[in-house]
Amino acid sequence: MTTIEVRKPGLSTTVQDGGRSGYYHLGIPPSGALDQYSLACANALVGNPGDAAVLEIVYMGPELAFTGPATVAVAGATIAPKVNGDERPVWESFDVAEGDVLSFDYLKAGARAYLAVAGGIDVEEKLGSRSTYALGALGGVEGRPLTEGDVLPVGSGPAGRAGLVLPVGLRPALSKQVEVRVVMGLYDHRLTDRGRAAFLDTEWTLTPVADRIGFRYTGGQLETVDREPPFGAGQDPSNIVDSPYPIGSIQVPGGVEPIVLHRDAVSGGGYMMVATVLSGDLDVVAQSAPRTRTKFVEVDLDTALRLRAERKERLVRMHAALDG
Amino acid sequence: MPRHDVVSPIPGVFYRRPDPDSPPFAEDGGAVTDDSPIGLVEVMKSFHRIPAGATGTLVEFLVEDEDEVDAGQPVAVVETP
Repeated sequence: MTTIEVRKPGLSTTVQDGGRSGYYHLGIPPSGALDQYSLACANALVGNPGDAAVLEIVYMGPELAFTGPATVAVAGATIAPKVNGDERPVWESFDVAEGDVLSFDYLKAGARAYLAVAGGIDVEEKLGSRSTYALGALGGVEGRPLTEGDVLPVGSGPAGRAGLVLPVGLRPALSKQVEVRVVMGLYDHRLTDRGRAAFLDTEWTLTPVADRIGFRYTGGQLETVDREPPFGAGQDPSNIVDSPYPIGSIQVPGGVEPIVLHRDAVSGGGYMMVATVLSGDLDVVAQSAPRTRTKFVEVDLDTALRLRAERKERLVRMHAALDG
Repeated sequence: MPRHDVVSPIPGVFYRRPDPDSPPFAEDGGAVTDDSPIGLVEVMKSFHRIPAGATGTLVEFLVEDEDEVDAGQPVAVVETP
């Protein structure tokens, strides 16, 4: 059985899969790859089911030694893999042999890359998922990011095929200037018309405070409606009576620095959520590095549902392009 | 003399000091070795040391203290003998 030895862990490399659904009401978030489309692409390139466990690499890649042959692929951020120092392409499957060392070049675009291995990363499932939820010390390798000396088992399954390439038209655009589509609510009534316009008109900039829990932006201030705080809400104008936080909801503590909650989010709290990012556009947030300029673009619910259907069709086209 | 760009491998906020009360890791014109840190980059609430990556003289910082930097951005120049 092939295993992967972690020689250098990278900045915060974690095992992630399609996620751990069904426990958010108990405070356990879905986790899983922040960019779900790139997860599916990486897996499809090596012949895995789309939600198999992979390594999520953020900003800086690990150095990994393989104890046996494997077929691997990198999708998502542009961070070129290297086999024994020789560069390999992203969005294309390739073989590694026993003793090969896989490392990575500097990040060129995007923020998170997904390294899939044919057979999947075979750590134990916790609550039905192999995803790492570091805040809750659950899943992955001992519930934490990889560290030097970890040994990752590779699952058995159909062998991958080297040389599969995802067509360019099916790869996500990676940019330092992005639009993220949102449905307004549930607490946008806390904003004045000026506050609402400021939220949608401001070109926000992603700060370095951006991780699997949330992404914090800077660049404006939102005006709120004057009110007497209701029983149970704090004195700050952005406080609400505690409420569940949807994944993708945008809270704005103090009316400054919106935070997009991502897949390791806390499940509830007392800040107004002015809008929620479309599930598909959470992939765009996931690929944002600090300093990415971001506009939040309002769409109505019908449009959001149509975009969700289009995203599903794109996944089907992606699988067809690689399985054919 | 050959010039070596010291590159930040990660995006984040660049700091020249280990903490606000300490002297900088490296000064303009100071001697550095391959492993010696020349600064920190903070991202995702953690601090990552940036080694000089070459032995020689640190001739120039290309960014200011507390500037935000991108992954792969040169932050300083080392002249090697």
